Amino acid sequence: MTRKQRRLTLIGASGVVLVIAVGLVLNAMSGSIVFFHSPTEVIHDHLAPGTRIRIGGLVKAGSVKRGDNLNIRFEVTDGKNEVPVHFQGLVPDLFREGQGVVAEGKMEANGMLDADTVLAKHDERYMPKEVVEALKKSGRWQEGSAK
Amino acid sequence: MIPELGHYALVLALALGLIQSVVPVIGAKTGDAALMRLANSTALMQFGFVALSFAALMTCYVTSDFSVVTVFENSNSMMPLIYKMTSVWGNHEGSMLLWVLILALFGALVALFGGNLPASLKANALAVQSWIASAFYLFILLTSNPFLRLQPAPFEGQSLNPILQDPGLAVHPPLLYLGYVGFSMAFSFAIAALIEGRIDAAWARWVRPWTLAAWMALTLGIAGGSYWSYYTLGWGGFWFWDPVENASLMPWLAGTALLHSAVVMEKRNALKIWTILLAILTFSLSLIGTFLVRSGVLTSVHSFAVDPRRGVFILAILVLFIGGSLSLFAWRASVLKQGGLFAPVSREGALVLNNLFLTTCCLTVLVGTLYPLALQAITGSKITVGAPFFNMTFGPLFLALMFAMPFGPLLAWKRGDLLGAAQRLMTAFGGGIIALALAFVIEGRTPVLAPFGVGLAFFVMVGALVDLAERTGLFRVPLASVRQRAIGLPRSAWGTAVAHFGIAVSLLGIVGATAWGTERIIEIKPAQSVSLSGYTLSFEGLTRKQGPNYTAEVGKFTVREGDSMIGVMQPSKRNFATRETTTNEAALMARGVGQLYLSLGDSKPDGSVAIRLYYKPLVMLIWLGAVIMMLGGALSLSDRRLRVGAPKPAAKSVLQPAE
Repeated sequence: MTRKQRRLTLIGASGVVLVIAVGLVLNAMSGSIVFFHSPTEVIHDHLAPGTRIRIGGLVKAGSVKRGDNLNIRFEVTDGKNEVPVHFQGLVPDLFREGQGVVAEGKMEANGMLDADTVLAKHDERYMPKEVVEALKKSGRWQEGSAK
Repeated sequence: MIPELGHYALVLALALGLIQSVVPVIGAKTGDAALMRLANSTALMQFGFVALSFAALMTCYVTSDFSVVTVFENSNSMMPLIYKMTSVWGNHEGSMLLWVLILALFGALVALFGGNLPASLKANALAVQSWIASAFYLFILLTSNPFLRLQPAPFEGQSLNPILQDPGLAVHPPLLYLGYVGFSMAFSFAIAALIEGRIDAAWARWVRPWTLAAWMALTLGIAGGSYWSYYTLGWGGFWFWDPVENASLMPWLAGTALLHSAVVMEKRNALKIWTILLAILTFSLSLIGTFLVRSGVLTSVHSFAVDPRRGVFILAILVLFIGGSLSLFAWRASVLKQGGLFAPVSREGALVLNNLFLTTCCLTVLVGTLYPLALQAITGSKITVGAPFFNMTFGPLFLALMFAMPFGPLLAWKRGDLLGAAQRLMTAFGGGIIALALAFVIEGRTPVLAPFGVGLAFFVMVGALVDLAERTGLFRVPLASVRQRAIGLPRSAWGTAVAHFGIAVSLLGIVGATAWGTERIIEIKPAQSVSLSGYTLSFEGLTRKQGPNYTAEVGKFTVREGDSMIGVMQPSKRNFATRETTTNEAALMARGVGQLYLSLGDSKPDGSVAIRLYYKPLVMLIWLGAVIMMLGGALSLSDRRLRVGAPKPAAKSVLQPAE
């Protein structure tokens, strides 16, 4: 092989790998990305049933209802609107009424979120960032209250 | 008095850092040996002062001096001594001090052990190292001073975040930082080479041991962090593709690529410019990692406190160093003499392929990590890029890399024989196919890709053994000479085989734990039992226990396999009054290299409790593989050609003309 051919082989191989990588990334982008919504946005945006989303806010006081088989229902609020959530499984240790929560799952036709993941904050000092933003949008956020 | 001493020592370190940033460069430019030598003393003194500063902070924590703000915020007189000590780096300020301590340590090590380096290269590299150090000293002193006082001093501190009160925290951050910061050496040497406009095979030989040491620490650090999250977060996952985890994975991928390209440079005097670029990129990714974790851009257990000034400061450091080094690269790279090209099918070609795949893998992780941040900054919409994205992008690329892995070491330098390599790998193919078939038979066809993963893992493992057998002449020559050859074989060849074996072991663990793991999430009352994968757990009841700074709810479960009792599992939940926080302590029971994993959820007044029970076959292999990889690195590091100051006349004659 001449020098030129060797160089072309190298460039060709790099090109092929990069094209494959870009293809994989674009393919994954279209299928596996989840958008975050605040409860108010969920109510206003009329999401199609089956859409996968993430919502964040506070667990509404008095809304937690535990059923059998670890079924749990609660409402996520940003102070203006609420979205009911259904989840089966163990909620995190720091899941409490009046505390910040993030839930991910599919929207159902009746406006309920069928969650497969429920996240709470790591400790009492922090509020999930997404919850802070949702509360800021609805004007219920006080600076310093998460500290 | 002690905090002020620590503060003052850090200021002195900065002053020394500024001197070391300028004087050695002038010395190297003018050829003044005295000015160049100055870097040695300042590097050692810098380390001395930073160590003093760190020791002062440690003293404040150990003696619970709550007049210091960070001690008040992160420590508590009731905490066990070990956690008082680890609290030093369990917060933003202290962890940055640890960061610069390790940076100064590497500088001091170069000053001490770099005796055989060309004087100007050493002076320039130490100066560059000092640029980084000075920037971070300034950062600490201006925005994150760990020695700030509180008036009046409170009687009691607020304690460390309970989730961080774990022995794992004693080793995870220091190891991770040894890795992150260790890559600064490769960076400093790369910049020094660009300043001098000269680079040769010897450069790679000096840089490789530092990179290798950093890589080993990072490998262990990542594996340790993964195991820590596995057993403390209570849901049995070992990798979450969390941005903070990605921040440590990216320098690892780039650093692995750098190790491989440095081999080509050392042996064949080729790929010089690419190696320099990789050295710059690897440390840049470490800096990006520090920025992501420390700036509060991300919410995670790693982001301690959010102060926008800090984010801006680190971003400025980031832009300065990454932008500056890449500009210098663009300006000076053409000065470096490019090495020769080589045949695509050759050891060099295989290593290039390795680099191509590793950097592309790294790129997909970078895209997945930064895209949500970029999208939010531009459009304001918030998205999550989770595991599915990385499984679909990083996964296939890395598996392709692993398939190519056994071929590399079997190809000769300059011109390899792909067909011959494939023939010699027949045993490995056979091993892989048998493993694949066995996996199909034992575990069935779901999920369909899992048996192929097992096959691939065995292909790579047997491939690594074939490589060793080929080199030692096993099965071809009498055993006595095999022994001779095994002893004579360079340690780096052993290192390659062991490290490649290790990554395959990890792959096997990942496949086993994710594909064939089983789980039950149920509510259970005392005297009831639950079965999973042939194990039966009977719930004996909950008891309360008092720890040093928490109260715990402990569940007791007896475990039976078939009819025989094999042990007791006691998962617990700890309640920390000082922080109104609970942590989950999962109970683990080893079954071969698999594990039973049990964690507690909420309990009800009637005595029932929610539990998560997992059976994770092969799961221990994930971390065992990382340890094997680290040992491979250690073997390679002990290779005599890399040993610093190896008394070999031939080596001396290479070193001297560079003076």
